[in-house]
Amino acid sequence: MATKKESRVKVNKTYKLFINGAFPRSESGRVFEVSSQNGSFVANPALASRKDLRDAVVAARSAQSNWSKATAYNRGQILYRIAEMLEGRAGQFESEIVLTSQVTPSRAKAIVSEAIDRWVWYAGWTDKLQAVSGATNPVAGPFFNFTISEPQGVVAIAASVNFIEFIDAIAAAIVSGNTSVVLVPGGLAVPAMSFAEVLATSDLPAGVINILTGSLDELAPWAASHMDIDGFDISGISKKMHPALKEAGAENLKRIHAFGPEKTPSRILAFMESKTVWHSVGV
Amino acid sequence: MSFYGLVDGTEKSLITFFDQLSGVDQVGAESRAAMLATRSIKTSSKKLAIETAISMVDLTTLEGADTPGKVRALCSKAVRPDPADPTVPSVGAVCVYNDMVEIARTHLDAIGGTHVPVAAVSTAFPSGRASMEVKIQDTQDAINAGATEIDMVIDRGAFLSGKYGLVFDEIVKIREICGKKAHLKVIFETGELVTYDNVRKASYLAMLAGADFIKTSTGKISPAATPPVVLVMLEAVRDFYTLTQRRIGVKPAGGIRTTKDAIKQLVLVNETAGPEWLTPELFRIGASALLNDLLMQRMKMSDGYYASPNYVTID
Amino acid sequence: MNFEYAPAPESRSIVTIKPKYGHFINGSFVAGKKHFPTINPATEEILSHIALGGVSDIDKAVAAAHKAYTKTWSKLSGKERGKYLYRIARILQERAREFAVLETLDNGKPIRETRDIDIPLVAAHFFYHAGWADKLDYAGLGHSPKPYGVAGQIIPWNFPLLMLAWKVAPALATGNTVVLKPAETTSLTALLFAEVCQQAELPDGVVNIVTGDGSTGAAIVNHPGIQKIAFTGSTDVGKKIARAIAATDKKATLELGGKGANIVFDDAPIDETVEGIVNGIFFNQGHVCCAGSRLILQESVADEVIEKLKVRMAKIRVGDPLDKNTDLGAINSKEQLIKIKELSAIGDAEGAQRWSPQCELSTKGFWFAPTIFTGVTQANRIAQEEIFGPVLSVLTFRTPQEAIDKANNTPFGLSAGIWSEKGSRIFWASQHLKAGVVWANTFNKFDPTSPFGGYKESGWGREGGKHGLAAYLKSGKETGAK
Repeated sequence: MATKKESRVKVNKTYKLFINGAFPRSESGRVFEVSSQNGSFVANPALASRKDLRDAVVAARSAQSNWSKATAYNRGQILYRIAEMLEGRAGQFESEIVLTSQVTPSRAKAIVSEAIDRWVWYAGWTDKLQAVSGATNPVAGPFFNFTISEPQGVVAIAASVNFIEFIDAIAAAIVSGNTSVVLVPGGLAVPAMSFAEVLATSDLPAGVINILTGSLDELAPWAASHMDIDGFDISGISKKMHPALKEAGAENLKRIHAFGPEKTPSRILAFMESKTVWHSVGV
Repeated sequence: MSFYGLVDGTEKSLITFFDQLSGVDQVGAESRAAMLATRSIKTSSKKLAIETAISMVDLTTLEGADTPGKVRALCSKAVRPDPADPTVPSVGAVCVYNDMVEIARTHLDAIGGTHVPVAAVSTAFPSGRASMEVKIQDTQDAINAGATEIDMVIDRGAFLSGKYGLVFDEIVKIREICGKKAHLKVIFETGELVTYDNVRKASYLAMLAGADFIKTSTGKISPAATPPVVLVMLEAVRDFYTLTQRRIGVKPAGGIRTTKDAIKQLVLVNETAGPEWLTPELFRIGASALLNDLLMQRMKMSDGYYASPNYVTID
Repeated sequence: MNFEYAPAPESRSIVTIKPKYGHFINGSFVAGKKHFPTINPATEEILSHIALGGVSDIDKAVAAAHKAYTKTWSKLSGKERGKYLYRIARILQERAREFAVLETLDNGKPIRETRDIDIPLVAAHFFYHAGWADKLDYAGLGHSPKPYGVAGQIIPWNFPLLMLAWKVAPALATGNTVVLKPAETTSLTALLFAEVCQQAELPDGVVNIVTGDGSTGAAIVNHPGIQKIAFTGSTDVGKKIARAIAATDKKATLELGGKGANIVFDDAPIDETVEGIVNGIFFNQGHVCCAGSRLILQESVADEVIEKLKVRMAKIRVGDPLDKNTDLGAINSKEQLIKIKELSAIGDAEGAQRWSPQCELSTKGFWFAPTIFTGVTQANRIAQEEIFGPVLSVLTFRTPQEAIDKANNTPFGLSAGIWSEKGSRIFWASQHLKAGVVWANTFNKFDPTSPFGGYKESGWGREGGKHGLAAYLKSGKETGAK
């Protein structure tokens, strides 16, 4: 008697958050459903709460000092390693993007290639920012005067559902030594969590990038008002929400910016501060 | 007291003395220590280093929960670190709180360990925050109970607020009490002094006041005996010898857990102060877990294969 | 206790050296016609045979480089060029130990230095420049600066692979292709680097390596297809090159000799200063263009520093370069050893006092004990001429201005060191020193982000950093190779 060949049951992934280098569930226990184009079930990513956001900010803050003290070379090495890991998993990202957004497989391939190349572009900035944005200033007196650029601290990011912009925003924030808390809406949650897995295997110190999947409407206002967040990239949020976020952010003079799709070092410099030092010169 | 003829015992003369000391460049000191850490000690020199390190260990228990039983077990280990191998040397000393000294001394004598000295921590170890009367009594009790080594802590609060005379006077007083009965180690708690300049100052201050040994740390906080800190202290004893013809000992304590760490310390001694210091009379290592790693490495060298913790005793 | 370190040799088995090498042209190895031996200067054993490149070999290489430039490399975006450089950097990291051992065998320098300094810097240079390839608009050279085309590069024997990295990385990042000639006595790591180019799948002809001697280098300088020359070597040869190209449109950068002044003020951190002095002149056997070969001591601390220096020098371990505990390796060649001995004899004749610690030197190979000459004055030849060996000339000064004047009183201008704990003094001194690289409370530190090069007869141009890119890009109205 011929036995019918069994079709293999796949081991589906559970989706959690990425905080401090680990993958906890949301403290709220909530999830939201992501479906594919044709309405079939894809995943139940965690629906992050404001307490998850609070925890992520604590993790980002405690990682920030060491991340900024790492040499630019070291940060560049780690970021390039992330690109190597991304490249190895390009196929996975492509199929997840096809599954969760309205693009064709060939378009998804182009998106993933561009995203990886963008990440590499940013990785190459770590040790060049000072040459481009710093200066020595010829003040009118016997002083050695120089200006350097430093990271601001913890940067929140409200990611757009576009994978390339998601990558851009994160890279731009952390290249200089900031750490980040990334708010990820909708179907982007699926490739975003694969991205978290890449981060976990790339020697990136815990807490440098934290990823919270969920609702921007719910989380963004909490990020905007959080007094221990220094910068907020709101490119992924609809313009009508911007005024409220900026008003809330005014309480600690948060540096709030929205960017277009081009890659530019201005995106990096927007989350940096300049420091100018004077030193007397004499025997 | 003559203080080697270099200071007169007043704070003023101490500060004048400090003024002639050169500063320590952090980057330079750390890179010299890092370079020495690349020395590769193999085969016969490794074997010798391990034996030497074992004989330099001050086997230590300084816990609130110490009991007579715990201390006796430590003493047995100190005399015969490997019950299966009598060729392993005894350690340099046993180090305990002053109320355990008598128990330690008695037990050591009973098991053929008369050659192993008992060191006591003293002067309100580890914080050093108590009146002078209490610190004196602390020391006296230990000596009466049979300690022949006193590991005192300096008053870091006084040091950091610039009261060098006070720190100096305390050391002079404790040295007086030790007399000929005990040698005096002076603990700086370098993790609290923070800068290498402070470590250099503290080294000279202690040596001028009569220290027989200068010691990095209590082992209770981190960072403790980092290589650059030990380097600076070794430079101080080296230069002090040039000034006075007297060799002062150095004891790193805390954070030295593996054979690799211990060998790095011996290399630092060898290439800074010199081979004359490579004896338990002038160099000790304050540690507890280190001993078993030294034993396992020693086993590997004679057996030719890697050892397991199953084959060394826990105490 | 006598703590003698047992021998701790790094194994040679990680590297395979062929008995004979050709040239690397257009992506493959091609046979050479004539060969000469290359030896291990620590033992004089013959390691291999290197091809002596002639004019026709240079012709082929330039043709390959030109074709690669016009057909492939200039058509690639900076982004893609950068990715090749990243690959090269990563492969160099993967094969780091192999390169370190080979460099030690061929050059004679200690394995600790190749392992911990040379090779990591090599990878870092490629890594740094990879990131510039698609960011040239931000280099301060205007929008879309253009490369020259084919760059001819001639490198010295003192840091063979590192000098290759300093030349090849920026040239490729800026869009040029290269024809590179390694030094006669140290070609092996360049030839192994060719394998890395193959593993990285670098397009054929982008990097070409032609081995040989001075005549091979001259063929590069004189080749009409090369408009951009980069040379590191002696000042004498640098001047020859400058004369050779005077009547042409060719551009050159030159990294030449030096007689670096290491100035120690009375408020220097003495123990770390002594380390810095030792590092300044004995690192790499003193075969360093930017070596701190003149120690200029404030008179009030001179005795103390010299005393401590001698004690420290006695701890320098001279011996087998492959031993991990060796500090000072072999002199690179018999010729160089003769030069060092000659100039040292001149030092004796000029009345300076020579001192070396007791050293047991092997009878095979080329060795020179670490040496200091005290009582040297500006008028002595050993204070003026580059010895390029482990020999330090010690002078004194009384006032800060005098120190500066002595430091600047030389046709060279590559490097200087300042030792002081007073910040304002350090900045004052660095403002007055005519040197392309000034080190304060450190010495012989290099980084791909930090521009390096000399004033006056120490050369033209800078390597590394944003400034180093300028050498490989045409500015404004200049015309260059098509």
